[in-house]
Amino acid sequence: MNRVFQDIYENAVEFARTFGAFQLFFLRLIRHSPGMFVGRFNVIVMQVYNAGALSLVIVMVCGFFVGAVLALQAYSNMARFNAEDWTGVAAAFALVKELGPVMTAILFAGRAGTALTSEIGLMKATDQLSAMEMMAVNPVKRVLVPRFLGGVIAMPLLAAVFSAIGMFGAHLVGVELFQVDVGSFWQQIQLTVRMQDVNEGIIKSVVFGIAASLIAVWEGYNTVPTAEGVGRATTRTVVITAITILVFDFMITAAMI
Amino acid sequence: MLIGFQGLLLFCAATDGLGFQSLGDYSENLIEIRDLKYSREPRPIFENLNLTIRRGEITAIMGPSGTGKTTLLRLITRQLIPQQGAIYVDGVDIATLTQAQLYTMRQRFGMLFQNGALLTDLSVFENVAFPLREHTALTNRLIRHIVLTKLHAVGLRGAADMMPSELSGGMARRVALARAMVMDPDILIYDEPFVGLDPISMGVIVRLVRRMNDALGITSIIVSHDVEEVATVADRSFLLSDGKVAASGRPEELRTANSELVRQFMHGMADGPVAFHYDAPGYAEQLLGRDTE
Ligand SMILES: Nc1ncnc2c1ncn2[C@@H]1O[C@H](COP(=O)(O)OP(=O)(O)OP(=O)(O)O)[C@@H](O)[C@H]1O
Ligand SMILES: [Mg+2]
Repeated sequence: MNRVFQDIYENAVEFARTFGAFQLFFLRLIRHSPGMFVGRFNVIVMQVYNAGALSLVIVMVCGFFVGAVLALQAYSNMARFNAEDWTGVAAAFALVKELGPVMTAILFAGRAGTALTSEIGLMKATDQLSAMEMMAVNPVKRVLVPRFLGGVIAMPLLAAVFSAIGMFGAHLVGVELFQVDVGSFWQQIQLTVRMQDVNEGIIKSVVFGIAASLIAVWEGYNTVPTAEGVGRATTRTVVITAITILVFDFMITAAMI
Repeated sequence: MLIGFQGLLLFCAATDGLGFQSLGDYSENLIEIRDLKYSREPRPIFENLNLTIRRGEITAIMGPSGTGKTTLLRLITRQLIPQQGAIYVDGVDIATLTQAQLYTMRQRFGMLFQNGALLTDLSVFENVAFPLREHTALTNRLIRHIVLTKLHAVGLRGAADMMPSELSGGMARRVALARAMVMDPDILIYDEPFVGLDPISMGVIVRLVRRMNDALGITSIIVSHDVEEVATVADRSFLLSDGKVAASGRPEELRTANSELVRQFMHGMADGPVAFHYDAPGYAEQLLGRDTE
């Protein structure tokens, strides 16, 4: 029994230590961020392009099908109450407030996040980060901050693309397939979706963007510098990001109701 | 009161910075390591290590694989921090430097990593140009000029547009050497520079190291297993073993030294004070599968 408590205690301490280090790491990134925007804006643009372009295609494909399936579900269920006109609204709410940010963040973690982690992890394993240190270049500033900021900026843009394409998918299913009246489909959306709903989506995508990029960069920077370590770090990036995103999603939703 | 105290702190910090910049005592000894202790979890790597590197000389650090030669280089450049003891560079204890001062100091160092450590997303040319672009405001023309000169010195001017992934191990190392010297450092540190070089490039590189030392007054630290090459290039050698300096002196002195250990290492014998095997349970016991717990 004593052994169990000992184990729990040690794990708790370890967790607290890691979490503290994680927060300090976040503060370090934040501290260097303003300088980046001023001095090396083109580097950030490059990283936005990297992170964004990597995930753009899968975000678009997934967005289309998620929107389409939402419309399918909404139509078939609303039809029971003769409320087919509300198909678009159901899809819009789900996309803008929930699935847009959440799905995008998880796709982002799987595509761009893992790429970030393995890139940084490999740089560490091959001594490139140490070499920068030796050339009096701060690797946190030169390597981590631009990649972090690139992710943070790219995420909300991707989420917007996801929702927009999703609405297109919903339109195809609702209007073209099930013959819901185009006018009422879009007018209902215009009447019911308020700015504050869109804001909720924006806030979520910004928070998720920070979380996903931060975890990816952190895992890369703290990789055990071996081939095996890099592999394990990329897996952890996906798992940890997915869990974090879903927990945050719940908390933000609860706070905004 | 509080403001006064803060002022005092700032003053101390400022004068400390100045002292570091301008005072730099020009004694013979450029790097001094005193009573260094460093351990990596289960085992100690260094215990009471004392070592002095003289200005303008080529110092070789030798020792069996796994004794901590690379670790020592990382300690000297403060990529690692010792548990005890101090390291002085130009009379300044490097443990006391702030981040900014540390980076100023590191600009005086050039380091060749054991595996090259080229930045994989930049071309050979940009790799060598990297320190110049980061730390100087030179024009592109001038940077081009300097980089091509350095690449020419290592015989790879023709490879300027290649990516690091297209280079062989030996070529990558030579590019890394060009990068290490591009800022004209005072101190050049080479971790195993001769591994993976063919005899021709080896000869060129050895002469290059020697020439930079003599012509530019650079202090060099070379980590190597290669007893022959070290003998031709080094002014002074240290042989590390078991976390201490086992022997030191001019290469010819080491060659003729009486100590068992030195003889073993210098002449490459498997039996002697240095165990060829890493600590392990008894061979027979382990093979016969008896539990050694
Ligand atoms: N990241 C690490 N974690 C734990 N132990 C390490 C680590 N890196 C090195 N060591 C240990 O430190 C000791 C010294 O390693 P180091 O790389 O300095 O040896 P070396 O003298 O440079 O060897 P070689 O000549 O093979 O390059 C080794 O015994 C190794 O087991
Ligand atoms: Mg080594």
